[in-house]
Amino acid sequence: MTKGAVLILGGRSDIGLAIAHAFAAAGHPVMLAARGPETLEADRADLALRHGVTVTLHAFDALDTASHAAFVDALPSLPAIAVCAVGAMGVQAKDEHDPAAAIAVMRANFEGPATILAILADRFEARGRGTLVGISSVAGERGRATNYIYGAAKAGFTAYLSGLRNRLAKQNVHVLTVLPGFVATRMTAGMDLPARLTATPAAVGAAVLHAVERKRNVIYVKPVWRLVMAVIKAIPEPVFKKLKL
Amino acid sequence: MILSGWGRTTPQACRVSRPRSEAELAARVAEGGLIARGAGRAYGDAAQSAANTVDMGGVNRMIRFDADSGQLVAEAGVWLADVIATFLPRGWFPAVTPGTRFVTLGGAVAADVHGKNHHREGSFGAFVDWIDLMGPDGTVRRLTPGDDLFRWTLGGMGLTGVILRVALRLRRVETGWIAQRTVVAPDLAAAMAAFEGNADALYSVAWIDCLAQGAALGRSLVMLGEHASVAALPGVRREHPFTVPARPRRALPFDAPGFALNPLTVRAFNEVYWQLGKRKAGPALVPWDAYFYPLDAIGNWNRIYGRRGFVQFQCALPLASSADALHELLKVVSASGQGSFLAVLKRFGPQAAPFAFPMEGYTLALDFPLHGQTSALLDRLDRIVVAAGGRFYLAKDARMSRETLWQADPRAAAFVELRDRLGLRAAFASTQSERLGL
Repeated sequence: MTKGAVLILGGRSDIGLAIAHAFAAAGHPVMLAARGPETLEADRADLALRHGVTVTLHAFDALDTASHAAFVDALPSLPAIAVCAVGAMGVQAKDEHDPAAAIAVMRANFEGPATILAILADRFEARGRGTLVGISSVAGERGRATNYIYGAAKAGFTAYLSGLRNRLAKQNVHVLTVLPGFVATRMTAGMDLPARLTATPAAVGAAVLHAVERKRNVIYVKPVWRLVMAVIKAIPEPVFKKLKL
Repeated sequence: MILSGWGRTTPQACRVSRPRSEAELAARVAEGGLIARGAGRAYGDAAQSAANTVDMGGVNRMIRFDADSGQLVAEAGVWLADVIATFLPRGWFPAVTPGTRFVTLGGAVAADVHGKNHHREGSFGAFVDWIDLMGPDGTVRRLTPGDDLFRWTLGGMGLTGVILRVALRLRRVETGWIAQRTVVAPDLAAAMAAFEGNADALYSVAWIDCLAQGAALGRSLVMLGEHASVAALPGVRREHPFTVPARPRRALPFDAPGFALNPLTVRAFNEVYWQLGKRKAGPALVPWDAYFYPLDAIGNWNRIYGRRGFVQFQCALPLASSADALHELLKVVSASGQGSFLAVLKRFGPQAAPFAFPMEGYTLALDFPLHGQTSALLDRLDRIVVAAGGRFYLAKDARMSRETLWQADPRAAAFVELRDRLGLRAAFASTQSERLGL
C-alpha cells in the first residue's frame, strides 16, 4: 500500500525534520522544502535510507510570497499532506524597537505560512481531498511582554488555520493546528525550559502523525499545556498586565 | 547541566554543547579538555568533562548502505537501536552488540564494546572498515585498520579525538530469532568446561549465581546461541521471519528505596532464577531482543539500585589464571553477601587493538549498589584481578584508583605516550581520564 506524499515546508527546522521522520517511518514519501535545499542532502539520504521511502528536496522561501504559486506548480506532484513548520523566534527585546526586524518576524510566522497554505488550500479543494497542518504556538494564545511580536504573528496564524478549517470542512480538506508548547530545538537552545512542559522534536513528529491519522483539529503536544493555557487565558487582564511571564 | 554515567554514582556539573556542524565542533575542540558523549551508557565518568562535554546525540544521520557488502556508513551519534530498527527487516544485524542497543556507534568504537561472540569474532572494532576522526587541530582524518591511530581509538575512550563517522559491516541474518541452547553448569569448573567445549558456538554467555557457596560456587546457566535459519522457525513464523512478538516496555517510574535490594532479596532472586533456568535447559527459539537485550525492555532499570546508584565491576582474566582467580573472586563476593543478580561470565578471544579491554581468557561482570561496604569489597576484588594479571573495563569503571589501573594495565604508559606525542592530552580529556592519569 503506498501512502500519500507529505510536503514539509520549513524542512530544515528540527520540528520539520522530526515530522518528516515520523511520516516517512509510516511509509509516506517526503518532499522537504526549504531555502538552500542542497544543504539538506544528508538529511534527505538519512530519511530515505532509514525508512525506504522517496525523499525529494525543493527550494522554498516563505518570505518570497510571490514565488509560492510557482513553487507549488514545480512540485513533482501535489502532496496529500502539507505541513507548515516555518517560523522564526526573533529577539523580542530588540525587535520591539526595530520595526524592520519586527516585520520580518511577523512575516515569517504569519504572512509567509498563510500565503503558501492559501495556495495549497485551493489546490486541495479543487482535488477534493488533502490535509493541511500548521505548526503554530501557545504563544499565540495570549500576548506576553516577553514574546508578543512572535505571539501576535502566531495568534494570526492560529486564527487563519481556524478559518481555513471552517471553510474547508465540507470540502474533504482537513486542517490541523498544532500548538507544540516548549520544544527542545535549535530555536530554543540555551533557554531554560521546564522539563515537564518541554517536548522533544520526535514527540512533536509522533503527535502530528497521530493527529493527522485521527483527523484531529487542534492539538497540544503535551496535554498539560491545555491546562496551563486555560489558566493563563483565565487570568483577568487587570491582574495579567502586572505579571512577569 | 548535571551529567552522570548509567550507574548514577558520578554526578557532576558539566558545560555541555551540541555542535551542529564540523566547524562548530572544531571550535569546541580548540577550547581543550573535550570529551564526546554519546548515549551516556558508560557506567561511570568516561563521557563527562566539567569544562567541555560535547553531546553527539544530534550527529545521527545514516549516510549510505551497501546491500552487497553490508557496509553501513553513519554519523557517530546513530544508535545501535536505530541500526537494528532500520536493517533487521532487510536481513541485517550488527555483527557485534553489547548488552544494550541504546548505545551510539561512536561510543561503541570508543569503548570497543564486545558481545557474546567475542571468543569467535572479536569486538566491535573488528567490523569497522574506517572512521572519520577529528584531531586536536580540528581537521578530520579518515582512518582505516592499517592506521596506528585507528587501532588506538578502539578502546581509547574518546581520548584520541572525536569520532564523527563510522563505516560498519553488518551481518546477514535470515530471521530475527536466536536458536538458543542452555547448558546447566552446577559449578564453576562445569561452566568453564561448557565454554571450552562449545567454542564453535557463535554466541555464548553465562549467567552466574555469584552468591552460591561451597560445592555450588560458580553455578551457572551457560546460554549458547546461533542466528536461526528460516527453516528452523515454526511454519507460522516463516512468512515474516524478522517479526518477533512485541515485548511490553516497562519503566521504573521512580528510584527504588535503598532497602529494596539487599542480600536477602538478591539471594532469593538468584535462587529462583537458577531453579527456573535449570528447567529451561536444552534448545529454545528466542526473539533477538530478549536474547541480546533483556534489560532494554525496562526503561531506566538503573533506578532499581536506588538514588545512590550502583557500580559495575568487570574484569578480564588471562586464560591460565582464570580458574583460580574466578574461584577467588566468587568466594569473596559470595561470602560478602553483596551479590548482584546481573552477574555475567564469558569467554574472551584474543586482544585485537592495543588498548582494547578483552584478552584471551574470561571476563566476569558484577554490579553492586553503592554503599559503605561496597568500596572495600571492590578494592579486594581489584587486588585479586591485578595479582592474576587481569585488567578492567573502562566503560564500566567509575571508581578505580590510578594506582590500580597502572598496576593492572601496563599498556597505559604507551597510551599516554601516544597522547603526548600527538598533542591529544590537552585537547581531549574526561573526568575518568583525569582520575586515572590517562
